[in-house]
Amino acid sequence: MSDKEKSDAPAEIMFAQACNMAMAKAMADDPKVILMGEDIADDQGGGVFKVTAGLSAQYGTDRVRSTPISEQAIVGAAVGSALVGYRPVAEIMLMNFITVAMDQIVNHAAKLRFMSGGQTSVPLTIRTTTGAGTGLGGQHSDMLEAWLAHVPGLKVVAASNPADAYGLLYSSIMDDNPVIFIENTPTYFTKGPAPAPDHVVPLGKASVPREGSDISLITYSRGVGACHAVAEKLAGEGISCEVVDLRTIAPFDEETVLKSVAKTKAAVVVHEAVKNFGTGAEISSRIHEELFSELKGPVGRVGSGYAPVPFSPAIEKAWMFSEDDIEREIRKILG
Amino acid sequence: MADKDVMIDIFTRADLIMQSDIKFRKMIGAGQLQIVYYPVRGQEVVSAAMMAAVNQDDYLVTIYRGLHDQLAKGIPSKDLWAEFAGKMAGTCKGKGGPMHITHPETGVMVTTGIVGSGIPIANGLGLASQLEKDGKVTVCCFGDGASNIGAFHEGLNMAQVWKLPVIFLCQNNLYSEHTPMAFATSSETIKQRGDGLGMRSVRVNGNDASEMYAAAKEAVEYARAGNGPTLIEAMTFRFHGHLLGDTGHYIPEAEMEQALKDDPMPILRQQLLDMQISEADIAAIEAKNAATIEEAAQFALDAPYPPGDEYRIDVLDEEIAA
Repeated sequence: MSDKEKSDAPAEIMFAQACNMAMAKAMADDPKVILMGEDIADDQGGGVFKVTAGLSAQYGTDRVRSTPISEQAIVGAAVGSALVGYRPVAEIMLMNFITVAMDQIVNHAAKLRFMSGGQTSVPLTIRTTTGAGTGLGGQHSDMLEAWLAHVPGLKVVAASNPADAYGLLYSSIMDDNPVIFIENTPTYFTKGPAPAPDHVVPLGKASVPREGSDISLITYSRGVGACHAVAEKLAGEGISCEVVDLRTIAPFDEETVLKSVAKTKAAVVVHEAVKNFGTGAEISSRIHEELFSELKGPVGRVGSGYAPVPFSPAIEKAWMFSEDDIEREIRKILG
Repeated sequence: MADKDVMIDIFTRADLIMQSDIKFRKMIGAGQLQIVYYPVRGQEVVSAAMMAAVNQDDYLVTIYRGLHDQLAKGIPSKDLWAEFAGKMAGTCKGKGGPMHITHPETGVMVTTGIVGSGIPIANGLGLASQLEKDGKVTVCCFGDGASNIGAFHEGLNMAQVWKLPVIFLCQNNLYSEHTPMAFATSSETIKQRGDGLGMRSVRVNGNDASEMYAAAKEAVEYARAGNGPTLIEAMTFRFHGHLLGDTGHYIPEAEMEQALKDDPMPILRQQLLDMQISEADIAAIEAKNAATIEEAAQFALDAPYPPGDEYRIDVLDEEIAA
């Protein structure tokens, strides 16, 4: 990159832009990277959230193809092409629609490497977006990462900021395993520091964006922003929170999580998904198994309520995990 | 009638299938193998004629009743038998089993245990061939029952819209598990469904080697020329229950009697004799197949099981910690 280009590059970019840039880089680096999904080509608008805008113009509709509204067929075509050397990126417009393709994801993408005795592999990325708080109700907002994290053979990734989104999506596309990459709709257009073009974030590695000594807040995706806000507020009272951003949900970075909690001796796991049977249960349990006798108190969990995502903003707000919930949980543990 | 060499080729594949099926049922019945087995007796000619019309590097996606397709496509008997027996020397190191056979060397990319699920995946293989311009076709086998699942309709629609080089081979044996076709299928034929999706669709007597081969060859040439997919509805019959142990009591006696009278194997054998292929030559093919199967079966019995730790390998590209 020339100096002039460098100076023209924006200091901040949006999450959606970061995803677009990661796909553009992957397509430039590897001719086997292809994209498919509903309305993703420029003639169909470049994606309903414009995340793929401009890519078909640059790389052609052979490599960036709009599909019928057929989630099974989209993921199936991605699985099949991945078996013979392609690196498909399938877009499932909203995470709830992934339910339609679960047979392809769970029975095929996740298992074909194993069931073939390693003769084939499925280097597939499924990008999907979701998140409550925008009044889309029960079938357009669910966080379903725990379903997928429970399936051996799948990796599940969720970035919390544009730079990570760029680095993680690139790694997901280049990974030789099937990866579910979860984007967050409500923060699609939130800006953050722009990554360097060669910025790569390895899968399976958490980050510690805020260090602290009293308690570890273990989270991912939109939970990271909420935990930062709470940490900032409590810092004023002398409570020091460490924030651990998992970045890869499955398999999660146990080493970083356990190291953090071994230091702070207290933890809250925070996610937007429904709390019951959520990923927080697994993470909390692993902490208890390894560090039980050292803990100041039981690991806390924050998640959304046991109900479908409600429509009315008044109910949705009450249902959804909040900074208040996180703060309450921290105070409960630290007494 | 297809020419002599083709007929001998089809017979050689079909006889291997028939004898293998008989041997599997015998060994399972005798307790020598403890596996769930989906018999293929009666459907030999459909697979044999289809696979005689494609190359070894063309792709195949099939289903759990797939022994006939896998043998016809050319998977070596020893590798296949060892996998059926769950042994390390099997095609998939014993981690797939009869319902999940993969053997890329012969183009067998996926065998699925989920009805209809192979169809969307076959599209992906076809898409790769289309993008690569490698001239390969993908054969995707399924039964009549699969035409009642959503993946069939999504998959065939996409294949047609994208003009993918895929041959959808519906082996219509008239029963989806225990249910007769008319009971659960709204259309009279599967071909009509292909027609409705705008796809080139044909309905043939799959048990007739020449007719089946001609349809297969035409579909393959059509796909290789870049014209797109074909749905072949190949009429056939299943001589045994859905799986071994199922007596097939739901199949009316008269229907079974007629089907057995129309057994494609003796008919094909007679066709060879009628083409002046000698009894001795045919017997030699049968003897060679029998020897191959004996050797494969013994190999499968004698081969060691995989180590238990094998479960930690091939889940992801890196080994899973114990």
